[in-house]
Amino acid sequence: MKRETLINAALLLGLLLVPLWAYVTDEPFTITLATKVAILALAGVGLNIALGLGGLVSLGHAAFFGIGGYAMGILASHAQSYTPLMESPFLIEGTKSMPVIWVTAILASALAALVIGTLSLRTSGVYFIMITLAFGQMLFFFAISWPAYGGEDGLSIYVRNGFPGMNTLDPIQFFALCFALLLAALWFSHRLANAPFGLALNAARQSPARVETVGLSPFHLRLIAFIISGAITGLAGALFADLNRFVSPNMLSWQTSGEIMIFIILGGVGRLCGPVAGAALFIALEHFLGGLSEFWHIWLGLLLLLVVLFARGGLIGVLAGRQVAHD
Amino acid sequence: MTDPVLATHNISKQFGALKASDDISLTLRPGEIHAIIGPNGAGKSTLIAQICGTLAPDSGRVELMGRDVTALTTRARAQAGLGRTFQISALAMEDTVLQNALLGALGARGGAFAMFRRALSDTNLRDVAMMALERVGLADEASMRTSDLSHGQRRQLEVAIALTLNPKAFVMDEPMAGMGAEGSAKMTGLLDELRKEAPILLVEHDMDAVFALADRLSVLVYGRIIATGSVSEIRANKDVQQAYLGEDA
Ligand SMILES: Nc1ncnc2c1ncn2[C@@H]1O[C@H](COP(=O)(O)OP(=O)(O)OP(=O)(O)O)[C@@H](O)[C@H]1O
Ligand SMILES: [Mg+2]
Repeated sequence: MKRETLINAALLLGLLLVPLWAYVTDEPFTITLATKVAILALAGVGLNIALGLGGLVSLGHAAFFGIGGYAMGILASHAQSYTPLMESPFLIEGTKSMPVIWVTAILASALAALVIGTLSLRTSGVYFIMITLAFGQMLFFFAISWPAYGGEDGLSIYVRNGFPGMNTLDPIQFFALCFALLLAALWFSHRLANAPFGLALNAARQSPARVETVGLSPFHLRLIAFIISGAITGLAGALFADLNRFVSPNMLSWQTSGEIMIFIILGGVGRLCGPVAGAALFIALEHFLGGLSEFWHIWLGLLLLLVVLFARGGLIGVLAGRQVAHD
Repeated sequence: MTDPVLATHNISKQFGALKASDDISLTLRPGEIHAIIGPNGAGKSTLIAQICGTLAPDSGRVELMGRDVTALTTRARAQAGLGRTFQISALAMEDTVLQNALLGALGARGGAFAMFRRALSDTNLRDVAMMALERVGLADEASMRTSDLSHGQRRQLEVAIALTLNPKAFVMDEPMAGMGAEGSAKMTGLLDELRKEAPILLVEHDMDAVFALADRLSVLVYGRIIATGSVSEIRANKDVQQAYLGEDA
């Protein structure tokens, strides 16, 4: 545990220092890259609760990421065009306020996770993977065929949304917000893993029969984990859309689900900071290899293969060794 | 006579052409150890699965404390007071021994939805878990990873988890399977004490243990109970000698 804590701290410190250095040397693009890492890591922290702790291989987390993105896009686009979302039975107006957008994104994706989870958690294994994938694809095609919000072209907003007391247009300040949310999510997920809930969820992954025999319900544990997981990934989606000032069906595509899962596998499944390491590695590869060749995904694939074959604990596993059972 | 804690009434279960349970009626009375013996494949584990709710009988009823629990889930039966141990250990292998015991304590408490408190800092839970580990002799192994336990120690942990539930009745499927002589003797001593807390329905192949412990014995052959009685009655029973005890009776 000691060693992994140290590695996690170093990793997070690195993620903080890079954009600070970029700020000092005036390289806003690097700050944006770091922001992207923080946001994608946050999406991974969400998925890791379902995947790492709960053993739920969801290939549909893009649904939550995209719902968060569209929560931002829809609210902000109504605010910038001064048209209400709806007038009856009661008036709902758009907003450019990040806190309101975040809460909306969290609630909307939690609700979606409740529905998807209730239906898909009755199954397991490949069926679960396929059903979550199917739900993701349904939302993807729904977004494409919904002209009111841009359809295939997606939705742009002119200016980044605001946060009380901060200038979110300043890259370093927006990074600070994203980084703070990442830290909060990491803290929460750490607490969760060590709480009775995490203990039971973790046991349900390893031996569902045991969990039932002590009178607990694996289904309820997993459903709650899935909802929390979806909500965090949804929040990341809202931030991601805000970073790009753009949301499109792409955020809902199965490739997005796959990428979020890749962060976790690269970084270490079930490791607290696995998604941070994975997202950082992913963005670094995309940035450096992507600059050299259009086909950088080949190298990513190769790396993924190596990790799966030789380093099941991912990057964190290689650095910190075998997972110590939570304390 | 006192009312039984646990009873099955005419339980039958068919797997294709195989009658795994054939009209099984048995009772478990307060304070007793009722052992079920029978050759491999006789249907002992199948019977236990039906008692604990992982398998639904084709017909017949299961009663716990006089209440019909046939329609209840495994989970509800556990909450109603069934403490089961598995023939093949069902444990969270990546977790520590203590964490496995804590899981039982959580179940006994009736829920695991606390999300912020550290499970290990909850002294109530921890006390229940540690007490159970101490009783089965695993206190020193509490912080070991469960997968590093020996086979016999895993059997002990199974019993410890059942203990944390503080059940009305224990249902144990071969708790001594694969244990050495010393381990079996220790487990025999433990079960002997446990019956004072809750009666035990005990499936076991270890005849020394069975004869030492059982107040009553039922012999299951091809899904049917061919005899029930005290140890001496069963030893004297001709059908049983023929069907099962044959060589060593
Ligand atoms: N789910 C199932 N489907 C089909 N047949 C089954 C099933 N479960 C058990 N059986 C069969 O039912 C019979 C009884 O099995 P069971 O496991 O209850 O025996 P047992 O008395 O516990 O044996 P052992 O002493 O080896 O543990 C066996 O022939 C087994 O193959
Ligand atoms: Mg058996």
